[in-house]
Amino acid sequence: MTIRILSLYFLLLFTLNSCAQDKNPVNTKNSFEVIVPDLNNPWGFTFLPDNSILINEKEGKIIHFKNKVKTEITGLPDIYVRGQGGLLDITLHPNYSENGWIYFSYASPKGENKGGNTAIMRAKIKNNTLVNKELLYKAEPNTTRGQHFGSRIVFDKNGYLFFTIGERGQRDINPQDLTRDCGKVYRLNDDGTIPNDNPFYNIKNAKKAIWSYGHRNPQGMELHPETKAIWTHEHGPKGGDEINIIKKGKNYGWPVITYGKNYSGTTITNETAKEGMEQPLHYWTPSIAPSGMAFISSNKYGDWKGNLLVGSLKFSYLDRCVLKDGKVIKEERLLDNIGRVRSIEQGPDGFIYVGVENLGIVKLIRT
Amino acid sequence: MKKNNFGLLLFLLVFACNSSDKKTAQNLNSQVQDFSEGKAIYDDFCVNCHMANGEGVPKAFPPIAKSDYLKNYRKESIKGLKYGMSGEITVNGIKYNSVMASQGLSNKEIANVMNYITNSWGNTNTSLITEEEVSKVER
Repeated sequence: MTIRILSLYFLLLFTLNSCAQDKNPVNTKNSFEVIVPDLNNPWGFTFLPDNSILINEKEGKIIHFKNKVKTEITGLPDIYVRGQGGLLDITLHPNYSENGWIYFSYASPKGENKGGNTAIMRAKIKNNTLVNKELLYKAEPNTTRGQHFGSRIVFDKNGYLFFTIGERGQRDINPQDLTRDCGKVYRLNDDGTIPNDNPFYNIKNAKKAIWSYGHRNPQGMELHPETKAIWTHEHGPKGGDEINIIKKGKNYGWPVITYGKNYSGTTITNETAKEGMEQPLHYWTPSIAPSGMAFISSNKYGDWKGNLLVGSLKFSYLDRCVLKDGKVIKEERLLDNIGRVRSIEQGPDGFIYVGVENLGIVKLIRT
Repeated sequence: MKKNNFGLLLFLLVFACNSSDKKTAQNLNSQVQDFSEGKAIYDDFCVNCHMANGEGVPKAFPPIAKSDYLKNYRKESIKGLKYGMSGEITVNGIKYNSVMASQGLSNKEIANVMNYITNSWGNTNTSLITEEEVSKVER
C-alpha cells in the first residue's frame, strides 16, 4: 500500500516535472572554458579582425575585450533600458577592415511619445569612443511596454542589412499591419537607405523597409553557411517557439496562426496553418525561450559540422539541432544548466563562443 | 438578507470607484480594490519567468504565489524589483540561485505590482505599499 502511494507520488512528481521541462536528452561529452568573465547580460558580441571582441551589455555598455582587458566604449546614444529593452545586438560591416563600420541595435527613447522602440545605428570607433554615429532606423511609435524588441542584425551575401523588430507586446495591432512597425523582419542598404525592390516598396503607406511580417519576437538570426538563406527563430507565447527561413514578402502568421497558447493557458487561436502564411521549419512546445543562433561550419567539432545551435534562456542550455532535408531531426542539450544562454557566435578560429547571462562568454569544447 | 448584503457590496463598490479620497479607498477590504495597473505590469514584465499564476519555474524561478519570502521580506522584495537581485534565496523551503534583472520600473509601478502580487494567488496584504515607501528603499 505504502509502495503504491509512493509510486503514485513519484509518478505525479515526474509528470509535473516533465510538463515544465522539455525532453531533449543531455549530452555530457562537452564542456567550456570561460573566455570573458564577469558579464551580466552579453546580449550580442562580435569578433574584430584582430580577434578581440566587442560585447554589448544589455544595461547599456559596449565593452572592447582585448588581451584579457575590458575597455568600455564611450559616446553611446540614449538607451531605453526597461524590461527586455536595452543595448542589444552588434555586428560588423562585411567590409569592416576597409570602412570601420559597426552596426548595433538598441531600445531608443528618441521621438515624441513616452517609452521607446527598437533602433539600428552604425558608427565607428576612435580612441574608444563612438564617432560618425548614424541612426539608420527607428521603429515607431514609442511605448512603455517592456516586451519584444527583436533586434538581431545580419548582413546577407549581397551586403544588405537585415534586422528583426518584435511586436512590442501589441500582437493585435502590429504584426499583420504593413503600415505599422514591429513584428517584422526589415531590409536596408548598408547606409540605411531603403532598396527600391523591397517587397512593399510600392504599397501605399506601408513601411517600406519591411522584408517579411507576422513575427512575434525574433531574437536569433543567422545566414545558413551553405545556402546563404536567412534563418531566424522567435519566441512563441506559451509554446510555439519557431525556426523560420525568411523569404521576401512572406507572412509568418503571428498571431493568426500559432502553435502556442497564452501564458494563462487560454487559447489564442485554434489555427496552426492557413493559406498565405508560412509554416515554421521547426517549433518548440514547451517553449525553450530561444536566443542567439549559430551554425557550426568549421571542422572543430567533428560530425557536429552543419548543426544549428540555439540558446535556451528558459532551460539554461545550448540546443544542438541536427538538420536533415530541411528539418530538425534530433536535439540535444549541450552545456546543460550553464545559465541563460543569450548569444552565440562562431569565432574566427572556428570555435563556438556562447554568451551566458551572469557568467560571461565561454568557448564550447567537445570532449 | 442576501439581497441586502449584495446591495451593500454594490454601494461599497460604487463608493470606491467614485471616491477621490485615496485613503478611504485603501481602508476598504482588499477584495474591492483594483489592482489592474499592477496586473498590467505583471503581465508585461514578470509573467515570462514567474508564470501566469505566480507559480514560477521549478529550479529556475521561485514562486510568488503563497511565497513565504514575499510575505516575510517585504523590503528585500521591493529592493529586488527596484535594483535587481542575485544570489541564493530560500522560498518555501527550496533554494534558488538565480538572477532577476532590474526592469526599469518607476516607483509607482513597483508599488502597483507589489500590491497586485501580494494580493493574488492566495497572498494577502492589508498594509498596501505606497510610491513613497518604494522611493525610500535604497540599494
